[in-house]
Amino acid sequence: MSDNAENVKAPKESLFSKKNKKLITEPLGDNNPITIQVLGICSALAITVQVEQAFWMSVSVIFVMIFGNLIISLLRNLIPSRVRIIVQLVVVASLVIIVNELLQAFVPDVSEKLSVFVGLIITNCIIMGRFEAFAMSNKPFPSILDAIGNALGYAWILIVVALVREVFGSGKIWGYEIFGSNIPDEATGKMTGLYELGYVNNNMMILPPMALIVVGVIIWVQRSRNKELVEEH
Amino acid sequence: MESTLDIFVKAIFSENMIFAYFLGMCSYLAVSKTVKTGVGLGAAVIFVLGITVPINYLLENYVLKEGALEWLNEAYGKGGEKTIDLSFLSFIMFIAVIASMVQLVEMLVEKFAPALYGALGIFLPLIAVNCSILGGALFMQDRQYSTILDATAFGIGSGIGWFLAIVAIAAIREKIRYSNVPPALRGLGITFIITGLMGIAFMSFMGIKYGGDKKEKAEVVKTSQVINDQIQE
Repeated sequence: MSDNAENVKAPKESLFSKKNKKLITEPLGDNNPITIQVLGICSALAITVQVEQAFWMSVSVIFVMIFGNLIISLLRNLIPSRVRIIVQLVVVASLVIIVNELLQAFVPDVSEKLSVFVGLIITNCIIMGRFEAFAMSNKPFPSILDAIGNALGYAWILIVVALVREVFGSGKIWGYEIFGSNIPDEATGKMTGLYELGYVNNNMMILPPMALIVVGVIIWVQRSRNKELVEEH
Repeated sequence: MESTLDIFVKAIFSENMIFAYFLGMCSYLAVSKTVKTGVGLGAAVIFVLGITVPINYLLENYVLKEGALEWLNEAYGKGGEKTIDLSFLSFIMFIAVIASMVQLVEMLVEKFAPALYGALGIFLPLIAVNCSILGGALFMQDRQYSTILDATAFGIGSGIGWFLAIVAIAAIREKIRYSNVPPALRGLGITFIITGLMGIAFMSFMGIKYGGDKKEKAEVVKTSQVINDQIQE
């Protein structure tokens, strides 16, 4: 029985047809959720001070998006359109509760630093946006690919911003000092590495507004390379 | 202790939703093309934050928090025999309250204040997924305000802060149309960078001394006394 059912359901196009590949690659570049669609900035930028936080945030969003898109896509014919926002919110909220409990269990210090921003994944526009624009009208498999693509597109921006801010703001990557230590050694009273030569961390980078400016610069670079994306004011 | 006024002023300026936490950025970027729509959305945010934060405060303190169900039966209270901690449900409860309140407010406003509905109308449904509303509820939970008055002051204050931010950026965006912005930065890019610069300006409000700072002063006096005592000894 089950064999027959699988045969009937067999997809007509191959699993990784051109169309499906495009679902993953497009959001990474020319249709990036953050820089082009302007979605999901809300809860993203505040946690880009360190790469570690940005990484865990990205992992959480990837998890929530894949399962959320899958569930909504499976339910798409059952949800009355009048109450769809509430249904979507409930699905995301339950997934986020799972993520939050997992983070608290396995990476408690990161979970503490992310504080309310894990909860804010619920109202992350990127997730609601993909539910509305894609999962509500597509089959489960393409929906999963779309979720992976968009979540990765979100993740790379987040991690690049965090990298820039952590390297220039505190001279570290993932908590490891890369330019040497700027705290004077107790024995010699000297700082090590670049700091000894007079290098100073740019504390401005740690402040929240710089996240916006870094994203602004990424948008600038991306749009100068591809003139089609340029807006008319 | 912080007074209610401190909380209110802090929420507007130094802990501004947009410039310090980037909450509600999606609608902030999408609806800030003209001042008129900016004012409409901003007013709706003040309104909804002012209503949902106190409701969620009651929910948090009488249902969700550890031992909050004490009013039902003493055994459920903190330290009781059957302590109940429902705080893992807070995300789903908060978002349900917000979504239903928004719906309710929309219907009430339509019935009793058609003029206001005309002004806010299209923005109200958008607000359910505005991160600043859920953010308000989660920050309220995180900071544990002592009275409902404080929580309301925080809600309305954050709303006003959001209103100020969106009106200011909308005014700047209206004017920037006449300037010669590099093509690749037009639209989104320059908005990000301007928001960043406004955020830097808003950071100057962090220097305001609030009533709550008195405690730190007292501690400073204490340490100096200790030093004096040591010298005398």
